[in-house]
Amino acid sequence: MKLWIEKQKYLIDFTLSSLARRKAKNVGLLLVYTLIVFLLASVMLFTHALRHEAAHVLDGAPEVVLQRMVAGRHDLIPPGTLERVGRIRGVQKKEGRLWGYYYDPVVKANYTFMAPSNESISSGTLVVGAGLARARGLAVGNAISFRSYSGKLFGFTIARILAQESELVSADLVLMSEDDFRGFFEIAPGYFTDIALSVVNPQEVRNVATKLSLQFPDSRPILRDEILRTYESIFNWREGIVLALASLSILAFAIFAWEKASGLSAEEKREIGILKAIGWETGDVIKMKFWEGALVSLAAFLIGYVAAYLHVFHFSSSLFAPVLKGWAVLYPRFELNPVIDGFQVATLFFFTVFPYAAATLVPIWRAAITDPDSVMRG
Amino acid sequence: MIELKNICKAFNHGRDNEFHALNGIDLHLPAQRVTAFRGPSGSGKTTLLSIVGCLSRPTSGRVRLKDRDISGLPERFLTDIRRQTFGFIFQQFNLIKGLSAIENVMLPAYPLGGDWRALRESAERLLGDLRLSHRREAKVEWLSGGEQQRVAIARALINDPEIVVADEPTANLDTALAMEFMGILEKLSNTGKTVILTSHDPLVVESSIVHRVVDMRDGRIVPPHQ
Repeated sequence: MKLWIEKQKYLIDFTLSSLARRKAKNVGLLLVYTLIVFLLASVMLFTHALRHEAAHVLDGAPEVVLQRMVAGRHDLIPPGTLERVGRIRGVQKKEGRLWGYYYDPVVKANYTFMAPSNESISSGTLVVGAGLARARGLAVGNAISFRSYSGKLFGFTIARILAQESELVSADLVLMSEDDFRGFFEIAPGYFTDIALSVVNPQEVRNVATKLSLQFPDSRPILRDEILRTYESIFNWREGIVLALASLSILAFAIFAWEKASGLSAEEKREIGILKAIGWETGDVIKMKFWEGALVSLAAFLIGYVAAYLHVFHFSSSLFAPVLKGWAVLYPRFELNPVIDGFQVATLFFFTVFPYAAATLVPIWRAAITDPDSVMRG
Repeated sequence: MIELKNICKAFNHGRDNEFHALNGIDLHLPAQRVTAFRGPSGSGKTTLLSIVGCLSRPTSGRVRLKDRDISGLPERFLTDIRRQTFGFIFQQFNLIKGLSAIENVMLPAYPLGGDWRALRESAERLLGDLRLSHRREAKVEWLSGGEQQRVAIARALINDPEIVVADEPTANLDTALAMEFMGILEKLSNTGKTVILTSHDPLVVESSIVHRVVDMRDGRIVPPHQ
């Protein structure tokens, strides 16, 4: 056993010195390899964390949202509907919601205005998202005015700025009292933007949705699961765009790596011949050369992955966040919670380290099984 | 020590360009003697040396080493015999560039996995015996031809082999260095090593250090009276 360990130590020693001898080639390879792992890992970590975040946020969302449609467009819920909805079996809680969009020409951005039901906001004050506060340079106590769609000017005072943790979904949010909301958008009492419903039994959500469709043919129920799925597909789509772009560089790398890995230089072939002639077994030579490739690819994987982790979770994915986060004018600024998916790590490892290590093996095996007397014949 | 019976070696076997480098060689190489294979280019002396040194297998015929038939052994066992029994000095020295002299000397012992300190000490001692202590940390490509050959000799001796095999050892050396090599050869012979070499250098084959010269031509041994 001791001899075996000593032998492995010698092999590793020689492998490291081999890597050092071909410094330029190996450092170049390591850099390109690391960059590729970094790009792929960044996209994967970012989208995975984002999906996780979105799912987490949606945890508190209502199971069903009912919207009224007129000519295929979203319209206000008329008075009386809320009470009728409450009578449907399985509905635990109903709530008429008031929300809408407002275009602010000052910063050329859209805000989401909302009258929250779970928080009382005194009339004439606003609670705003951190992104909006940043864009308009607002602090608590500042005054701000908005011109409504009817042309009237409304003045408000900032009561609070929303915490940054929720910025992914609250960057452009403006919360106000129900009276202010109705006044600003001129929505008569009893009308709502939509209705949020809680269902007692999660298995019953689809049944409730069916009953709603039958009872209110002019309305459409939207399920939380559907929103989640939409988010998923949006993130998947965005991830796809970045990956499609990255695939070009991956292809370039694949050609580069294949060229480096599959072709042994004359010098390397000569070395293998010498080692065999002086008593190294074919297996020793293959092991040594395999470790050479494996060390480069492992190092690239680790450095690339750690760099991607830091990029995504400590530097807010500054390189490609605009593509992945969306096209909103008010970009959310937030720190994602570090989430690592073991399956994703394994996939990335399999598609980066494994092909390279395998590609190195074939030519080495071919060189290593040649007769050692080739050295004698020069 | 080594017995060769009806050795034939064909290259490109079974193809149009099949070529027989050795044709029915019978030879006995005794232990603790210096034997030289002499012959013109293409006479088969290097091929014969590589078969004797277990670097290649004959196409037909038998090779016996210390009464053991080794001609049919698989590659793994041949490697083991090569490592334990033979030390090689190649015509082009075949040192690994980028490694220091002492690292090159230690290389054949790596697969044996012995103690590193003891291995380094014996490499240092060998380099000292060959007056190369001061150059042990130098990369081999920085050494002169003579120094490179002495590193190659030290490397051949690191596993303390019974048999030293040298292919055209003086081909790349001037007269002074060739004489120096013959001095080392004499020392090796005096310490009881069996030496088998190929050469057509008169300085080697006509030297009194060489006990026996085997003449070769066209893949056959030429009897002494011809």
